[in-house]
Amino acid sequence: MTDKITIEIDGRACEAAPGEMIIAVADRVGVSIPRFCYHKKLSIAANCRMCLVEAEQGGRPFPKPVPACATPVGNGMKVWTRSPKAIEAQQGTMEFLLINHPLDCPICDQGGECELQDVAMGYGDDVSRFTECKRVVKDEDLGPLIATDMTRCIQCTRCVRFCAEIAGVRELGATGRGEDMRIGTFIAHAVSHELSGNVIDLCPVGALTSKPYRFTARAWELTGANSIAPHDGVGSNLRLHVRGQRVMRVHPNENEAVNETWISDRDRYSYAGLNGDDRLTAPMLKQDGVWREVDWSDALTLVAERLKSAGAADMGWLMAPNATLEEFYLAQRIARDLGCPNLDHRLRQQDFSGDAADPLLPWLGVPIAELEVQQGILLIGSDLRQEQPLLAHRVRKAVLADAEVVCVNPVRLDLNHPARQFVGTPSAMIADLAAIANALGVSGSGVLRDVISASEPTDEQTVAATCLSQAGQQGVGLILLGALAAAHPDYSLLKALAHAIADAAHCRLGYLPASANSVGAYLAGVHPDRLPGAKPTDQPGLSVAGMLAAPLKTLVLWGLEPDLDLGNPAGAMDACARADFVVACSAFRSPSLETAADMLLPIGAFAETSGTYVNASGTWQRFQGVVPPPGEARPGWKVLRVLGNLLDLKGFDYRDGAQVHDELAALCGDSQFDNAPRGNFEVAGQPAQADLTRIGGVPIYATDSLVRRAPALQQTRLPGSAFGVYLHPDQAACEGLSAMDLVLVKQPAPSDVDVSEREVLARVFIDERVPPGCACIPAGVEGSAGLGDQIGAVSLVRMTEPPTTGDH
Amino acid sequence: MSFRNVPLAVIHDRDKSTLFTAEIRAAIDALIAKYPSEWQQSAVMPALSLVQDANGGWLTRELMDEVAVYLDMPEVSVYEVATFYGMYDLEPQGKHKVCVCNSISCLLRGSEDLIHHVESKYGVHPGETTADGRFTFKEVECLGACRDAPAVLVDKTYHENLSPESLDKLIDGLE
Repeated sequence: MTDKITIEIDGRACEAAPGEMIIAVADRVGVSIPRFCYHKKLSIAANCRMCLVEAEQGGRPFPKPVPACATPVGNGMKVWTRSPKAIEAQQGTMEFLLINHPLDCPICDQGGECELQDVAMGYGDDVSRFTECKRVVKDEDLGPLIATDMTRCIQCTRCVRFCAEIAGVRELGATGRGEDMRIGTFIAHAVSHELSGNVIDLCPVGALTSKPYRFTARAWELTGANSIAPHDGVGSNLRLHVRGQRVMRVHPNENEAVNETWISDRDRYSYAGLNGDDRLTAPMLKQDGVWREVDWSDALTLVAERLKSAGAADMGWLMAPNATLEEFYLAQRIARDLGCPNLDHRLRQQDFSGDAADPLLPWLGVPIAELEVQQGILLIGSDLRQEQPLLAHRVRKAVLADAEVVCVNPVRLDLNHPARQFVGTPSAMIADLAAIANALGVSGSGVLRDVISASEPTDEQTVAATCLSQAGQQGVGLILLGALAAAHPDYSLLKALAHAIADAAHCRLGYLPASANSVGAYLAGVHPDRLPGAKPTDQPGLSVAGMLAAPLKTLVLWGLEPDLDLGNPAGAMDACARADFVVACSAFRSPSLETAADMLLPIGAFAETSGTYVNASGTWQRFQGVVPPPGEARPGWKVLRVLGNLLDLKGFDYRDGAQVHDELAALCGDSQFDNAPRGNFEVAGQPAQADLTRIGGVPIYATDSLVRRAPALQQTRLPGSAFGVYLHPDQAACEGLSAMDLVLVKQPAPSDVDVSEREVLARVFIDERVPPGCACIPAGVEGSAGLGDQIGAVSLVRMTEPPTTGDH
Repeated sequence: MSFRNVPLAVIHDRDKSTLFTAEIRAAIDALIAKYPSEWQQSAVMPALSLVQDANGGWLTRELMDEVAVYLDMPEVSVYEVATFYGMYDLEPQGKHKVCVCNSISCLLRGSEDLIHHVESKYGVHPGETTADGRFTFKEVECLGACRDAPAVLVDKTYHENLSPESLDKLIDGLE
């Protein structure tokens, strides 16, 4: 099969694999053949007929022109793409395609970058013989992200195939016949999929265009620049299109090892948050409760004084996990040079008792592209489609290649592939994992042994265990710990079980990074017991939980909103309130930052700073700033450099970001990605079981400040994203609640806070996916700020009075 | 990518034994058995016909959805089939269907006269049902009976070589 054969295209000898299509060979050698329906990542439809070429096999010409996308090559085949016969066929097809196309290029968003326009220029005739009426097709409403102009559709069905094959949701279809055929959902509903925006890139005409970008710029006014997506651990390669000083839209750059040719909607549309009206544009100081602008030198001098005079042990640095590597590195240099080891990026983690055993440099465990060759995958505490859409796509590809996926989660996931889902309360998650470990014959020690021996594997758990061990024995088994696992109150126990299962089933183990640069944070040393290069330190500082509980006098917040970006927002706000001096470096203003901080320093957001992200599989990806930060805002690493100079720290005279990068890279030279634990996870006894446990997943469009400010993404209203209390019908009945009831949500507060309970008002929603014993209350969204831990005991009190603050 | 050689299956979360009637389920099962197991979607056309016949000659969206559930296929794939073929109707129909072929051979042999005749005599345009609900008048694509054009399909019976007069007789004979 792998033997190469030789064919001839336009007189050029080309090597090809048997079974390859003519068009794939031509693309590889750079012979352009016009096409609309063919796409290398989609199945072959051969319905546009644009790629007709003349060919002969074994000296016998094919009687008619053949479609290059659907004709497999044979040894000695000869192909002519520009012969008179081929050109005649291509021109004929072009004339047919243009019969019903409106030719409204001057008012079409695709004008200037339209495949139909290009191909019509190259292969069409300038006069059409068709003088009859053109058809008109009613537009579909596909939601807030995709604009439609279905009259322009040439029915290539790329979007239909994308939805069916890549997105895994068959929502679009071609209904009707002949001239009445149209692409649509048939029953009007928005296409709600985390990769849906890719159909815009796929559409060869202006039928599907980007709704937020529509009518704002022309293709020829834009300049392109490469960048890296700042949201999930994939690190998708992006092409930013810029006009003047504004990012107008975002397209994918192809990188087979990272994002293939796709990007998630989050990466595509989050840029709009850059243009929000709450950008922080000047350093600000709060004096006597009043905010006033100050200039940079005063601001940084004051910060330097406060940091210098603060006791190093009384200081803490909390950094968002999507800060750049350079920002991480310089921040930890300042902190550690001042003697402060308290710095962390694991904002949503609750249980830090496993820190001593944690791997030095946790990562995905496999290169991203290898996800799709796994045959057994155990996902622990991860709503992968929401957390890392393109990793979920790779997992789906694995399933289509017959992999078994086992999920252990506190909520039933909407998946686009078959999977064995074990759904239960956080303690049931432990029991499920223990049962799988038991079925694999793990004994363990200490608490682990008790938990495992107490379990009785059900048939399904035994089957899951067998699948994992079978895959593991072939070297294609993988266990992944996700964001819901990190927020779990017994994360250490989950890790201990996961490692035990991985060992017993010979599977690899991976950590799904929380954000674009979580892996980078370990490398740069933004961690209480990691020095740059992910080297261990014998003088560990405080973790996030330690910092929030410690009452620290001085806090530095980097790129985060304390009421939305931490696992325990109420605790974070309390910690800020108790601190004497809080300096927040942020690209945005928000009421919570204005409450929590004493000083606001404006830093550049995504696209406004150069930097480096290290993705889930440990790939360093450097990018340049593309637009200047607004107003007085400055790239974060420059702010830190000046701060370092003002603090008289040595070696802070960096010329550019690359120098910072190189200095850190030299320190990371011998760092190994290795997920093996450094010891036994210290496992406390199982906590008391609560009657009702809050599950606070972070909805896909609530993960960071930029996404939360992207209007189009916020309008998508995906199920389960709105703030509220989502209950299983049985649980709701048990609590005497029904849908849309107003409840007071109460979470216990630590004893040193002056309120006994965290309380917020919320509406009840009924959701079958939530297991009994749990209440899903999203985190990171408006309304959730007053609550405590993302996962923890909660109680609900029904309210009779209508809320005074109005509906959310 | 190459050609797709396995259909996209969607397992719906519904109990199949509550769909249709026992007889229809048995009939669809017999159809499914004719195809390889992963190709049960191939039974979609005869299944739609069965369901349509049992529903007075037309398909509701709910019925199409149920066919999708029964055959483990995406709903939109069923809509695609049902909207493509002329023999499926998505609106309430008259007691009978009178389908005049409008394709080339019949056209040359006078099918337009038949259409105009029905329009003027019975007051219905293609796609409409007579006021008394006796029959729905349809213009359909090639019936494959070119040899004895013009052809008309009345319910499930072919009638060929028709003139306006002989068509009248046929229609008069409908209950």
